[in-house]
Amino acid sequence: MLTVENLNVWFGHPPDRVDAVQDASFTVPQGESFGLVGESGSGKSTILRAIAGLIDTWSGTIAVAGKPQSARKRDRAFFKTVQMVFQDPYASLHPRHSVDAVLSETLRLQGMDDIDRRIARLLDDVGLGRGFCFRYPHQLSGGQRQRVAIARALAAEPRLLLLDEPTSALDVSVQAEILNLLADLRAEHGLTYVMVSHDLAVVGHMCDRLAVMQAGRIVEVMGVTALRQGTAQQEYTRQLIAASRGYARA
Amino acid sequence: MTLLSVRNLRVTFPTRQGTFEAVRGVSFDLGRERLGVVGESGSGKSMTGRAILGLVRPPGRVTADRMELDGQSILNLPERRMRRIRGRRISMVMQDPKFSLNPVMTVGDQIMEAYRLHAGGAKHAARDKALEMLRAVQIRDPERVMAAYPHEVSGGMGQRIMIAMMLAPDPEILIADEPTSALDVSVRTEVLNIMDRLVRDRGMGLIFISHDLNLVAQFCDRVLIMYAGRIVETLAAKDLHQARHPYTQGLLNSLPRLDAPQDRLPVLQRQDAWREGDTITQSLDTEFPGGL
Repeated sequence: MLTVENLNVWFGHPPDRVDAVQDASFTVPQGESFGLVGESGSGKSTILRAIAGLIDTWSGTIAVAGKPQSARKRDRAFFKTVQMVFQDPYASLHPRHSVDAVLSETLRLQGMDDIDRRIARLLDDVGLGRGFCFRYPHQLSGGQRQRVAIARALAAEPRLLLLDEPTSALDVSVQAEILNLLADLRAEHGLTYVMVSHDLAVVGHMCDRLAVMQAGRIVEVMGVTALRQGTAQQEYTRQLIAASRGYARA
Repeated sequence: MTLLSVRNLRVTFPTRQGTFEAVRGVSFDLGRERLGVVGESGSGKSMTGRAILGLVRPPGRVTADRMELDGQSILNLPERRMRRIRGRRISMVMQDPKFSLNPVMTVGDQIMEAYRLHAGGAKHAARDKALEMLRAVQIRDPERVMAAYPHEVSGGMGQRIMIAMMLAPDPEILIADEPTSALDVSVRTEVLNIMDRLVRDRGMGLIFISHDLNLVAQFCDRVLIMYAGRIVETLAAKDLHQARHPYTQGLLNSLPRLDAPQDRLPVLQRQDAWREGDTITQSLDTEFPGGL
């Protein structure tokens, strides 16, 4: 579904050029859920944004459903296949657009017909129901906003969903609801996920495999069982797992 | 010994739909310990911290049967008197150093300004104190950091600078509102170690406000769990996983765990009864269950 080979991403020009991602390679088969973990600044979100076409300064190969993508231009078919859900539902929804406006604009852009029926279906899919149609973002809780953002991503009927820290702005009880929703949607629609998170427990819950990143490089790609059992190959991964298990008094 | 004693604390805001109660009758005592305050957003945990420091702005109203620091009432003091307590005797560290530090002042000038405001004294004495505080929070090159601007330091270092600034006047109580939420796990451990040492070495009282249950269970001595502006359960941090209140249990269960995989996460079913009802208070064997 997704192949990333020798991906380099940089920002700025020499001498101030920053190499945010260096020589990253991984593949995600159809139907898999793949995690990207690492500390802030490790380049995990940058990879996601390069895949989504939000960054054009990269080299290497990004192929979606077997089709190599260019850095500059993406065609309509790409945006029908790939959609993204952002971290902060407070920032990613237009404050003066109602839920109905957000979804119908997306549907029209995707060239869909029968918009009202589709909006009702999308809202049902994300567990909101039709009553939310004419609400504005400030009338929604954080969890409800993230549901709207997920509905918006699903409007294009994508096959690959890019999730950038989808629950880190939410309370743990709401996080559980959204993670359950994402798991259900993946099963129902046969979606493929690439999920960025700093929370190893969330990735352990949601993903089949994951890549651990440090300072722009992928240090290790591992299965979720290895993560659970703490049998990581690299020292850095072991440190990360130990640190995420919590605080041990010095 | 009790540093801070709070009884029936209430914070209310008038709204068009009537009065909104953000904090509804919170009571607790703080000793020389690490006291965790846990709850979801909107549970009133931050507002409790702000009320203690007199930082609730009108039209918000703070009332309490008692709010005493070392036996003296600090409830609704005039701003001028509150300013002598705030910073000097009770300090606060906020969540994100990006928004707490002045971007157009060097780190050193900010720490020195904060210190001289409270302790007075000559500039060079303040400078020595600032260097000492930066060393105390494990900053290796304090001379360089003193001359740096906030945008030139990392998030973890920014948070340590905030702690250094808050601790320069040697407060009796530190209120830390989500001090590590914006930090990476590896930096988080360092910042927690620093606060832990300060509680132990200086006998400071720490109110640690957080949404992270596991972290609080491991770091604190005692935990208050807040829901809808009230404390629903009080217990020793080490016993958090034996919590009896359904809300606390629900929160713990909704966390994904690396060591116990499950297909679906249990979702919290909120009950109206949690808004009222009694606080479950664990009978504590010792005053400081974590041991100091």
